[in-house]
Amino acid sequence: MNRMPVIVTGIFLTFLSSWVGLVAYPYLALGRYTPVTDEATGDINPPPLSGLAERGQQVYASAGCIYCHSQQVRQVGYGSDLERGWGARPTVARDYMRENPVFLGTMRTGPDLANIGARQPSVMWHHQHLYQPGVVSPGSIMPSYKYLYVTRPIEGQRSAEAIDLLPPDTAPDGYEIVPTAEAEALVAYLLSLNRNYPLPEAPEPPQ
Amino acid sequence: MSATLTQAHPSTVTPEMEKAQRAVIDESTRLPVILFYGSAIFWLLTGSLLALLASFKLNEPSLLNQWGWLTFGRVRPAHLNAVVYGWASAAGIGTALWLMARLCRTPLRHSKLLVSAAIFWNIGILLGTLGILSGDGRSIEWLEFPNYSSFMLFVAFGLIAVWAVIMFRFRQPGHVYVSQWYLLAAFLWFPWLYSTANLLLNFEPIQGGAQGAVNWWYGHNALGLWFTPIGLATAYYLIPKVLGRPIHSYYLSILGFWSLALFYSWNGMHHLIGGPFPAWLVSASVVASVMMFIPVITTAINHHMTVRGNFEALKWSPTLRFTVFGAMCYTLASLQGISMAIPSLNKVTHFTHYTVGHAHLGLYAFFTMIMFGAMYYILPRVVGWEWPSARLIRWHFWLVAIGIGMMVVVLTLGGILQGLALLDPGITFMASLDYTKPWLFLRSVSGVLLTAGHIVFAVSFTLLLLKAGSKRSEPTLFGSDQGRQPEPLNV
Repeated sequence: MNRMPVIVTGIFLTFLSSWVGLVAYPYLALGRYTPVTDEATGDINPPPLSGLAERGQQVYASAGCIYCHSQQVRQVGYGSDLERGWGARPTVARDYMRENPVFLGTMRTGPDLANIGARQPSVMWHHQHLYQPGVVSPGSIMPSYKYLYVTRPIEGQRSAEAIDLLPPDTAPDGYEIVPTAEAEALVAYLLSLNRNYPLPEAPEPPQ
Repeated sequence: MSATLTQAHPSTVTPEMEKAQRAVIDESTRLPVILFYGSAIFWLLTGSLLALLASFKLNEPSLLNQWGWLTFGRVRPAHLNAVVYGWASAAGIGTALWLMARLCRTPLRHSKLLVSAAIFWNIGILLGTLGILSGDGRSIEWLEFPNYSSFMLFVAFGLIAVWAVIMFRFRQPGHVYVSQWYLLAAFLWFPWLYSTANLLLNFEPIQGGAQGAVNWWYGHNALGLWFTPIGLATAYYLIPKVLGRPIHSYYLSILGFWSLALFYSWNGMHHLIGGPFPAWLVSASVVASVMMFIPVITTAINHHMTVRGNFEALKWSPTLRFTVFGAMCYTLASLQGISMAIPSLNKVTHFTHYTVGHAHLGLYAFFTMIMFGAMYYILPRVVGWEWPSARLIRWHFWLVAIGIGMMVVVLTLGGILQGLALLDPGITFMASLDYTKPWLFLRSVSGVLLTAGHIVFAVSFTLLLLKAGSKRSEPTLFGSDQGRQPEPLNV
């Protein structure tokens, strides 16, 4: 093999084949979805993210949640995702059309979050869990995200957004712990994670 | 000297002239090789400390959790990118450019291109690592670096690829050795791979579902079409060189090269088995992964048959010991990777620490060990000084060999327990986590061993650059400090 044109052409063509198969094809087949209107309810699926949730998506990326949490519910036969109640149906490519970046994930040190908004719909629960994971969820090795919260003296009345914490993280007397804008956005994003709506390729699951 | 040799008729070239020409070539690579190697070792240390911190945080989540800068989800990708780009890629580039000069039999030309590339490279890594820690990371695995950093890396890659093509144009006529096919392929594939993936995921992001496919097309090919060809090119050069005997079979190397090019590039989607993708796309990657058996076994036979009958040399030559360790782990990592792509086994290993163990078997036990082997061979020739201490090399080898062996074993066992627990809906999720905890503690212990090994190596490297100790006329071998002498060998 001493003929450079042959080597270079081979190098080019082998790689081109995978570029066509794993880049160009997915782009054409999976990268051009449009939302679907549910005729029964009039809902647009997947629903657009609110501005706050969109900012929360970036907080999720910045904090690196993906390194412990996936966001994909696999079909029957590929693990116990459905039996664990992580979703009412397997997720499909259209579910991710608004995700940027996409958080499919490759690790489950923590549970799947594809439908965490449906499984844990309480704003306060999420704030408590982000601040004191080990207290809310005993045995958890999730780190505290207390850097997304501020402790400040109460002026007049306690603020409406102040969060209730369990010992040992309760605020000192005269102080309150409130979420930063980033924490509010992150929780809005987590609550938006609900992919149990029906799609043509993923019909409504039996209730 | 090189000019006269170039013009000399081949029949009049004496071994002394060849030796002198090699010295001229080695000398010409000094600055770029030392720049890439030196910065690689710096990032290896940085990446090791980040890895230790990330690992400790899984053992004790409250460790340093008051700062966003040091939260697990940032330290972990900072570790990955520091070692993948800062260490492994730079070590690979340093090795590749020396090999290119040697194999093209011409002094290194246009070293300014490479020096600029090294500067762009390191600024890019520094900005990228700080960017991830400060919250600019994109959470796209293997491509977390923010755009201001990946752009600089791309410029560096581009300069290096241009340089490589120029070197090929000026090579001495004659045989193109197997290592050169692999190096040329890596230099052509990687800029294409890196720019496509960054463009579609970071600069002009496509829709989420398609992002997943492109992400793992990139992630797997970074290993398969960048690190693997450089690692194999190095092994194909060093093993015959140290042993002074030719590669077992030329035809096996051809088969190994082309089957790798064809099959490896299609592997990526096996990271997404069961995910929201068309079944044929994932199946194509599963089939391509199984077909990897051909290049892996071909290369394994070729390397094994070359070393056969000379395993004694592993006792003496640091280069050979690290390289053969790496070559053997290439076979192991690849066979393990093939098994993990089979859906019934993937069900257990997917989403677990088993995959992390596999990644370290590939990128560390295979690639990094071969890079250490290459540095032990190349640096004395480039610096003009032998390694000052055989004892330090011995410590380095055993610390990292035991460290990586332990890490792979504990992550594999912990990952299997975790995977079996996740598969059984009767076992709570928290129990699947509890199964991993003791193994994650042992992983931290293995990380300490590896980091200690890296510190020893960095000390050794610094002493070499300072030309410490007395001048040796022979290469530094294991056992030579204990007054033992090897059997006659070309080490």
